Amino acid sequence: MKALCWHGKNDIRYDTVPDPEIEHGRDAIIKVSSCAICGSDMHLYDHFIPTMEKGDVVGHEFMGEVMEVGAENKELKVGDRIVVPFTITCGECEQCRRGNFSVCERSNRNKSLADKMFGHAGAGLFGYSHLTGGYAGGQAEYVRVPFADKTHVKVPEGLTDEQVLFLGDIFPTGWQAAAQCDIQPTDTVAIWGAGPVGQFCIRSAVLLGARQVICIDNVPERLSMAEAGGAITINFDSESVLERLQELTHGKGPEKCIDAVGLEAHATRSLDSVYDRVKQAVMLESDRAHVLREMIYVCRPAGVLSIPGVYGGLVDKIPMGALMNKGLTVRTGQTHVKRWTDDLMNRIQEGQIDPSFVITHTVGLDQGPEMYKTFREKQDGCVKVVLKP
Amino acid sequence: MSYSGKTSSSMSQSLGTSDKLARGIGWFSVGMGLFELFAPRTLTHALGMEGKETLVRACGMRQIISGIGALSDNPTPAIWSRVGGDALDIAALTPGLRDENPQKHNVELAMTFVAVTCAADLYCAQALHKRHKYPSSMVYDYSDRSGFYRLVADMHGAASDFEVPANMRAYPPMWAEFTPEKESGLL
Ligand SMILES: NC(=O)c1ccc[n+]([C@@H]2O[C@H](COP(=O)([O-])OP(=O)(O)OC[C@H]3O[C@@H](n4cnc5c(N)ncnc54)[C@H](O)[C@@H]3O)[C@@H](O)[C@H]2O)c1
Ligand SMILES: [Zn+2]
Ligand SMILES: [Zn+2]
Repeated sequence: MKALCWHGKNDIRYDTVPDPEIEHGRDAIIKVSSCAICGSDMHLYDHFIPTMEKGDVVGHEFMGEVMEVGAENKELKVGDRIVVPFTITCGECEQCRRGNFSVCERSNRNKSLADKMFGHAGAGLFGYSHLTGGYAGGQAEYVRVPFADKTHVKVPEGLTDEQVLFLGDIFPTGWQAAAQCDIQPTDTVAIWGAGPVGQFCIRSAVLLGARQVICIDNVPERLSMAEAGGAITINFDSESVLERLQELTHGKGPEKCIDAVGLEAHATRSLDSVYDRVKQAVMLESDRAHVLREMIYVCRPAGVLSIPGVYGGLVDKIPMGALMNKGLTVRTGQTHVKRWTDDLMNRIQEGQIDPSFVITHTVGLDQGPEMYKTFREKQDGCVKVVLKP
Repeated sequence: MSYSGKTSSSMSQSLGTSDKLARGIGWFSVGMGLFELFAPRTLTHALGMEGKETLVRACGMRQIISGIGALSDNPTPAIWSRVGGDALDIAALTPGLRDENPQKHNVELAMTFVAVTCAADLYCAQALHKRHKYPSSMVYDYSDRSGFYRLVADMHGAASDFEVPANMRAYPPMWAEFTPEKESGLL
């Protein structure tokens, strides 16, 4: 079958690879009808996530039709149309039973490797390095879904791929980021990043009733999309983020801050970003923490920092003094996708939101490698790419 | 069940020619830099420029830094900086062109080599810029992409039926005023 494979930094190729096979009774094989490129894929593309191997199939946001099911899988049957959550969940371990699906204790088959790196492993993820299980990803014609009896969202009739595809990742990610802010009607929610995740954070914060939603980025068309969703925008190239946030909150700072940027933060006019770039280049630091520092600094005391943005390793110069003395709460994690999808599917069906608003490009899977570049460089107005195998 | 095909090499890939050239230049730059840093005498001897070892070492450092930059996920600035570096190299070699220098011929060879490298750097920098630049002159208007079927104002708080899970609440609620009675009710 055809698939997009990682071959090194900035090197994604459209390859032919062996077809997946059922390896366990709970598995299913699906034929992918749509998949997407996620901001998290950029961290693989730029090689900030360790333990990738040449030839690994990438992609973790995908959906399709069930072609084959394992003997023990009683939940799915051939022909079912499903969206696949990017966090693989067994549904039975202590963490899964608490709804902490992204730290499922059983789905990461390279647990000992991840235990060494992080102390304790998180869940298995599709197409996201060997640290998260080394499972083949979904930017492919076919995918093996492990623990498929629990790791799926059935699609009701009448909904298009474009409406439900993002239930596998960015919609619940934006939703969880907002949910864990515990938004109150009096809150200002400031969101760094107007990428696809930031866009869903904005919509979620609006739906959850925030008094004011602010979005920070420097890409004009992404900011225009943010504004369309109800955000006040700050372009960090032309305005001071700190001053504008102070102004908009009467000098008190936003109660809730969301980092929808992650480890590849850009910064202009700031000394710490130069510092990060240099340290990263000589491998003394793996992640660029500009947004984290800014959030800690501006957040209102006793406020909440919600961090869906992905970090991979070590950051440097975190203003721990400010974080501690201001009594901030930090909530983060890969998304517990299944925890939110039933509710969000209902909201899509009820017409509260149409997630397809974020799609700017739909192309064949063979054009995937070039689209990685287009998405990374934000060329051609690119916000979200959907690939059709 | 088998669906199609077997393993084969790729048909399309994300690395463009200029990206690959930048990789090559990066490794070359690191190699050249290490050589200049650790064996400067070999060079100064061959060029009849004894006594300039410190200068050569400095050039080596510069080459290593720009090499690392060229191998990073954003090589363009490093390749541009190499164009400037090439000009500095030519300036540093120029004194070696004096007639008394028995190694003048080697200096000429070295200058030709630097000139060729400079041309490659320049070509690469321009090609990278073209391939990766954000086209700020283009305007894309997404102001009609709210994602809502109704006005944003109508959707404000539409999901207030949602119950935030207990482990994600901001206890005590920030908006609530503190009273001991309320507190006991909350905890
Ligand atoms: N927690 C999860 O489960 C989960 C799921 C999906 C994505 N993610 C992560 O969320 C992050 C965003 O994903 P995305 O798909 O929107 O990616 P993206 O790369 O398209 O978006 C990032 C945006 O941040 C902007 N940005 C860069 N530096 C900034 C700064 N200093 N201030 C403000 N904005 C800045 C960029 O211009 C870009 O628009 C990534 O780190 C991704 O890995 C996490
Ligand atoms: Zn993702
Ligand atoms: Zn589990």
